[in-house]
Amino acid sequence: MYIDEISILNFKNLKDVQVSFSSRLNCFIGNNGAGKTNLMDAVYYLSFCKSFFNASDQINIMHNEEFFIINGIYNRFNSKEAVSCALQKGQKKLFKRNSKIYNKLADHIGLLPLVMISPSDVNLLLGGSAERRKFMDGVISQYDPNYLDDLIHYNRAVFQRNNLLRQFTSENYFDQELLSVWDSRLIEHGNRIHLKRSRFVKDIIPVFQKYYSFISMENERVGLAHQSDLYNSSFELLLNDNVNRDRALQYTTTGIHKDELLFNIDEYPIKKLGSQGQKKTYLVALKMAQFNFIAEISGMKPILLLDDIFDKLDRNRVEQIIKLVSGDQFGQIFITDTNRSHLDGILKEMASDFRIFNVTSGSIQQIQ
Amino acid sequence: MNTEKYPSALLENAVNEFSKLPGIGRKSALRLVLHLLRQEKETVTAFGQSLINLRNEIKTCRICHNISDTEICKICASPVRNRSLLCIVENIRDVMLFENTHQFNGLYHVLGGVISPMDGIGPNDLEITSLIERCTNDNISELILALPATMEGDTTSFYIYRKIKDKPVKVTTLSRGVAIGDDLEYTDEITLGRSLVNRIPYENSTGK
Repeated sequence: MYIDEISILNFKNLKDVQVSFSSRLNCFIGNNGAGKTNLMDAVYYLSFCKSFFNASDQINIMHNEEFFIINGIYNRFNSKEAVSCALQKGQKKLFKRNSKIYNKLADHIGLLPLVMISPSDVNLLLGGSAERRKFMDGVISQYDPNYLDDLIHYNRAVFQRNNLLRQFTSENYFDQELLSVWDSRLIEHGNRIHLKRSRFVKDIIPVFQKYYSFISMENERVGLAHQSDLYNSSFELLLNDNVNRDRALQYTTTGIHKDELLFNIDEYPIKKLGSQGQKKTYLVALKMAQFNFIAEISGMKPILLLDDIFDKLDRNRVEQIIKLVSGDQFGQIFITDTNRSHLDGILKEMASDFRIFNVTSGSIQQIQ
Repeated sequence: MNTEKYPSALLENAVNEFSKLPGIGRKSALRLVLHLLRQEKETVTAFGQSLINLRNEIKTCRICHNISDTEICKICASPVRNRSLLCIVENIRDVMLFENTHQFNGLYHVLGGVISPMDGIGPNDLEITSLIERCTNDNISELILALPATMEGDTTSFYIYRKIKDKPVKVTTLSRGVAIGDDLEYTDEITLGRSLVNRIPYENSTGK
């Protein structure tokens, strides 16, 4: 699956852009603020119906313009797919596949699988544990619709249980029986989520480690571990043991909503001890593992967007990444960089098809 | 923001009252009020009077908590209904829904809501104590839990089940699955998955 051409009107700083892509490697060279990442975001938009960066759609319309349009022509299992997104100021966005409007945007997601690796991934390492749970949940719910259903129910049950705990305190009573009714909901959904998460982490570890050692040329050993209260005890016991603490704190202190993913390098937490480049390598390997998962589930090679990948990495690692993504298990790749010298050396050694584009203040020209 | 100008305070008053109703905005309210103004005086008086009578004279059935014109509702008072079968529903509207199916000949018990801490509704705000009394005193043989298929509905069912599971009453719940007349392709995965897990012997599937 790959995108053949894109045409963009008024999307961020891209006024009127038409580009046709290579089905393999596409490199975009330009200075800061030229619009390289905006082009990536436009491609991202066509897969996920939203921007990678801005939660609000309206903000993506070019200043002083009334609308934006992105049209993409894809090749999917050897048949042509035309996907377009249009947004007019103050209105709902219109998303079309082959000129037919989607009623539900959720129906589109998954049609054109895509993985984006960007500098903001670092939130996964530095942010709170919620970021890491979101990463797990995002991947698992792509192949298991029941998982998302369990998750929604679980979160609602936690919310209701916390409300009940607060009510006990404010109205100065306690009803163990009523509390245990909510416990049983947590247990029912939580156990299933736990099982699927632990299976997912077990499956992703070898893939992730393989990518990491390839990129780092086996310089470091990395680990990934799923930490959950439910590994130590049954959920029922946990809830019973913590009932007094829960009552005192007025919220549910144990459960899968407290799960954590531990990221280690040579057995130490990478968040504290990893160098900038090691962190970046870690994230790239993790995202590549995610790519692997999605490729397997969808039966297609997702589009891979590598935004500012050279930032913080040494030349060897960059070369390894390029070598990796030009291999057969990857499909269409987009790379941005501010400097051509990086890429030239690497591309020369590569056999596969590539195109290089120059990006200057919102316009894009193919130079090679 | 309310910027409309009305030529009469009486008119504005009426619009204010109508726009308190669910689903009625100020524009619809104005249309309804102007429509009433064009009607005969008697028609409008009858309209207003019916609402006043409704509010003042409606009763709640002592037994099942359904609304009724009398102390005990028609269903509870009926001599032909099966008094050992009890269907637990969330609200009055659900009683009407089940009655319209013409498939049920037992009695009802209206809870008046479901347990939901976020809305401040606990068991004591619902008719659960009176339900347990009925199960103890009224010779009930089967309790049908017909609460909504939401997290709060399920939780309330579970709470009730725990309260009465030691009593000699059979507890059942509505079956959930593929809707009648539905193509499988239009059934969502969750429902379809559950229908598969809770499948039933074919003999029981024809409904008669």
